[in-house]
Amino acid sequence: MHTNLLKWPLLLSVVVALCFSTAAYAQLTTYQLQDWLNSPAASSHVGDITGNAKAAALPYRRFCVGCHGELGDGNGENAVWFLTPLYAQPRNFQLAIFKCRSTPTGTLPTDQDLYDTIGRGMDRSNMPAWIPLSKQERADLVAWIKHYSPRWQTEKAGTPIQIPPEPEITPERVKAGQDVFARMQCFKCHGVQGKANGPSASTLTDDLSQPIAPFNFTDGSRPKCGSTDVDIYRIFMTGLDGTPMPSFADNIKPDEAWDLVFYLRSLQPHNAYNEKERQIANQLGLKPVNPNPAQ
Amino acid sequence: MKRQDNSKLAAVSVCLLLCLVVAGLSLSLTNWEVSAAPEGKITGTVKLDGTAPHMKGIDMSKDPWCVKQHANDPAHLELVVVGKDNGLGNVVLYISEGLSGDALNAKPTAVPVFDQKNCLYTPHVLAMDVGQEFKVETSDQTAHNIHPEPNPLTGNIPWNQSQPPGAPPVTKSWKAVEMIHVKCNIHPWMSGYFAVVKGPYAITGEDGSYTIENVPPGSYTVTAWQETYGNQTAKVTVAGGQSAKADFTFKAK
Ligand code: HEC
Ligand code: HEC
Repeated sequence: MHTNLLKWPLLLSVVVALCFSTAAYAQLTTYQLQDWLNSPAASSHVGDITGNAKAAALPYRRFCVGCHGELGDGNGENAVWFLTPLYAQPRNFQLAIFKCRSTPTGTLPTDQDLYDTIGRGMDRSNMPAWIPLSKQERADLVAWIKHYSPRWQTEKAGTPIQIPPEPEITPERVKAGQDVFARMQCFKCHGVQGKANGPSASTLTDDLSQPIAPFNFTDGSRPKCGSTDVDIYRIFMTGLDGTPMPSFADNIKPDEAWDLVFYLRSLQPHNAYNEKERQIANQLGLKPVNPNPAQ
Repeated sequence: MKRQDNSKLAAVSVCLLLCLVVAGLSLSLTNWEVSAAPEGKITGTVKLDGTAPHMKGIDMSKDPWCVKQHANDPAHLELVVVGKDNGLGNVVLYISEGLSGDALNAKPTAVPVFDQKNCLYTPHVLAMDVGQEFKVETSDQTAHNIHPEPNPLTGNIPWNQSQPPGAPPVTKSWKAVEMIHVKCNIHPWMSGYFAVVKGPYAITGEDGSYTIENVPPGSYTVTAWQETYGNQTAKVTVAGGQSAKADFTFKAK
């Protein structure tokens, strides 16, 4: 008698679980979104702040919906005005593919990554820096973003890459950095002087098949995923998912990566970070790399 | 005295029990082997009906290294590869209906290799099972980036990794059935597929012939997938240890 009574709820829950797991991969509906909003994945942890998705419903509607859309699919009413390659389309949160990650290519970013992006904004795009919002509001928005994709229900964020402390800059390191730039052939897209005019630059498209330009190191642009030395290190090691910019984590050793950061700095016009790098490159009289050494 | 007797009895009965268990186990094992009929296979040929469409030559002038590799062997697109007697190459064949249990879930141990060679993908289409590990290698002295573009909502997540000259192989696997387009952003003509299926599979050679091995007896739907022409299906019945036949013809467009 007892066991019989127990059997039914068990069977039912199995059936329900099955239904949900298949539903997760079908077209998104507002019903599912409601469901995910109530799931543990709809929260975030940034330092000692805990973000709660439900608290972000209103701020999202006020500040984000015009571009990222009601369903988080990037089809907000303003999106039609963003013309590529100069201006990327707003991110589609349903796919959960993000450019700015501390985690390996093909993995979800950490809550901290998304939080940092929201505060930083993305240069050369219509994504504003949301500094006026409080830290709590930004953390809540991170949680809200996570309720849009089935991926957050089943996947964990990737493990952030290790970044060793920045070494002292030396002329040898700047020179070695140029060798890494040549060996990795960054110039195929970015050009030998970092002017975004490499041989493949004009043909690049992002994962939405929209034209996309490589980063120009020489025109004073700020990288979308941060301007500090550590940010640049992270950018080329993890890559910008959804774009042609690949991850180099398997091919550049940590020490060499710092050399490359120093060299990339020397390509940039004078800014808050590259006084020494520019000086050294000048003294060394570095010529642009040869794109066809084997010829 | 009595105690000793008892313990002897216990020892004997434990021995007996063990013997019984072992005998039972071996019996059931042999039974299992006998009841599972030997596996069969599905073979056939895939042909193209009509004249093969012209495959354009590839302009590799964006990368002089690539141009040099093809100085005496011009490269052509591989959207439709036709060989002897109109055999159609690079067609993936797999069982889309009828598999169950072990046959569906067995993971092949082979690790298929996708090579970047002379600025093309070799093979052009790499077939694999869900969860099966595969390797991406480069033989080239020019840099590539390997960039598959699955639909993330299937459970397959896109990634993008550089492979400069001398790069170590990348080992990966996929979570769900999908024909995944893969490209290199540096060389926009490079285009291939990871054909991810569930269960035994085969891919046609240039003569259009194929053999799907390790198919347990049963009735199945076989699907043939070609990147330009799409899917075709056929019904087959495989008897134990026998070879069933399924031929396909795609109309040239
Ligand atoms: C004026 C339009 C606009 C508004 C408003 C806007 N965004 Fe964006 N957002 C964009 C665009 C465009 C991108 C893509 C930029 C790119 O890829 O270069 C983007 C990208 C993002 C990303 C992806 C970052 C990554 O690493 O890929 C996040 C997260 C994000 N926005 C969050 C927000 C949040 C939260 C709000 C509201 C507080 C918001 N956005 C408001 C236009 C907007
Ligand atoms: C296949 C072409 C390609 C190659 C090779 C490539 N990049 Fe990029 N890179 C891009 C594109 C495209 C972008 C712009 C992405 C965007 O704006 O969303 C980019 C952006 C960047 C950025 C700025 C990212 C940001 O946050 O805005 C840096 C830094 C960078 N690349 C460094 C490198 C370095 C260093 C190498 C070589 C080790 C390299 N890239 C190789 C295509 C490439």
